[in-house]
Amino acid sequence: MGIKVINPGLATTIQDLGRPGYYHLGIPIGGAMDRFALHCANLLVGNDEGAACLECVFMGPELEFTQDATVAITGADLPPKIDGEPQATWTALKVKAGQVLSFDFLKAGARAYIAVSGGIDVPVQLGSRSTYVIGALGGIEGRPIAAGDDLPVGAGAGAPEGRSVPIDLRRMPAGPVELRMIPGLYWHRVTKEAGEGFFDDTWKVAPECDRMGYRFRGGRPLDFVPREQPFGAGSDPSNIVDACYPYGSIQVPGGTEPIVLHRDAVSGGGYFMLGTIISADMDLIGQMQPHTETKFVAVDMDEALKARQERHAALDAVRAALD
Amino acid sequence: MENRYSFGGDEHIFVEVNEEMSLEAFFKSLSMTNAVRDAGIAGVTEICPANASFQIKFDPDVIKPDDMLAELKKLEVAAENAESRIDTRIIEVPVFFQDPWTHETLMRFRERHQDPNGTDLEYAARINGYDSVDAFINAYAGAPWFVSMVGFVSGLPFLYQMVERERQIQVPKYLRPRTDTPKQTVGIGGCFGCIYSVRGAGGYQMFGITPMTIFDPKQETNYLRDFMVFFKPGDIVKWKSIDRAEYDATLADVEANKFTPRIHDVTFDLEEFEKDIDGYNAKLMEGLYGN
Repeated sequence: MGIKVINPGLATTIQDLGRPGYYHLGIPIGGAMDRFALHCANLLVGNDEGAACLECVFMGPELEFTQDATVAITGADLPPKIDGEPQATWTALKVKAGQVLSFDFLKAGARAYIAVSGGIDVPVQLGSRSTYVIGALGGIEGRPIAAGDDLPVGAGAGAPEGRSVPIDLRRMPAGPVELRMIPGLYWHRVTKEAGEGFFDDTWKVAPECDRMGYRFRGGRPLDFVPREQPFGAGSDPSNIVDACYPYGSIQVPGGTEPIVLHRDAVSGGGYFMLGTIISADMDLIGQMQPHTETKFVAVDMDEALKARQERHAALDAVRAALD
Repeated sequence: MENRYSFGGDEHIFVEVNEEMSLEAFFKSLSMTNAVRDAGIAGVTEICPANASFQIKFDPDVIKPDDMLAELKKLEVAAENAESRIDTRIIEVPVFFQDPWTHETLMRFRERHQDPNGTDLEYAARINGYDSVDAFINAYAGAPWFVSMVGFVSGLPFLYQMVERERQIQVPKYLRPRTDTPKQTVGIGGCFGCIYSVRGAGGYQMFGITPMTIFDPKQETNYLRDFMVFFKPGDIVKWKSIDRAEYDATLADVEANKFTPRIHDVTFDLEEFEKDIDGYNAKLMEGLYGN
């Protein structure tokens, strides 16, 4: 085997880069919420960049290794310990058979990624090992890991111990966050004043924030442009004829609390959307804690594509640094 | 009517065929998404048809967003002239209306409902002008339904009833969504029927429950061995109202993996359907029940 779970943490799941191609059936892409962190963790331990890792939210697990391995913890600042000895994050660490990996309290961010040389080797379902709890797919029987689980680990070449991602290449939210979005979709449903207010107001991440989506509170309710509701849409002014939801789309049921859909998004439904968070900022959402102050910022397509290239360049820089 | 195009961030194009629901809008959405699939455009990663709209997900590193948009607009002309005829199947889905499990759930969430003193069925019957719950169930289960979208979660079908607009049933969703819905609950929200494929949150009014498995990630169910999701857009569904005894017997068959749904292959022609809706539906039923 490879790893015995002593304590699973809060909602620790097995994630890779997800399963594209089934969204039209309501099966979302899933995979790591912070994809950059997953790439980095795998690079550090010498894995394929898309190998399956453990995604821990707010709290780390306690894991006993039954074989020697190289591990790396990236993403949230969740300080690791091996047999009680503090270790560095964003760094390749050696763990010997019989040793226990555990964690101190979270210092920053929300989700840490644990990569193990060889990757977590659970069966592939619909092209991915990612856990999708609602559909009972992937991972260990489609659920978060539990105490007593034996996590299989693949054969890995391993990587030299001590390599780390340079500090300036690590990405972590610090203080208030700006989320860039392209307005569109059903933006025309809200009044001009409501649209301006949405960008002016400071929002806060609500406690309801998970792999499906992040809810925000604290801004003013949105006023709608009056209309007779289209046939089939439902009577609330925030209703539309049920349609597809883009990943990162911002829906505002009842005009009150925006919800940004994330990797385990529901694929569609009957609420209007203001627009969509740009792909470059999706990872960042995965690192936001409840109560994080947030501003939404409108950008155009050129800015979105430029930001996307900057994220590609950041990952290339990590690859070069670890090569 | 021309499509409305909008970028969903830098990775999606959202296309609204019509603000209103209609079978015409659904057929245009379906023929557009079929055309996109057939065109094999490099960089397209997801093709998602919906009720009266659709969405394409693409990789902007492979195809520029503006180029993707231009490709879609080119396909719209061809889709306008596409035949509104599809080869599909009609499926009988047994439903135990007014079952104890959805009843327990709807009572538990009563404070989130428009009518805290009634049931979802009593409310839906009243606001749609039916004298009794039985008359309402007869209307709901009488004419067949078209699967116009699969999604939300795990293979959940949205269904649109195949009747004139005057006869369409419409009900609002719960005031605040429930945090629980039994697996395989049958219900309606707006004008759309649905079957909840898995247990979980939901806002649709709850009318009954089907013993038939429609999502099986383990793919052990005899009719889901090829794929874990049962429904696809374009399927036609006929509800069959069953009582507790038949529900229990069917569920026992499902659990023993001996149940297979009654299915009949048909060609559906929208123009022919609209000429004589009741007559066309009667013919579909003849095909399903073989008489």
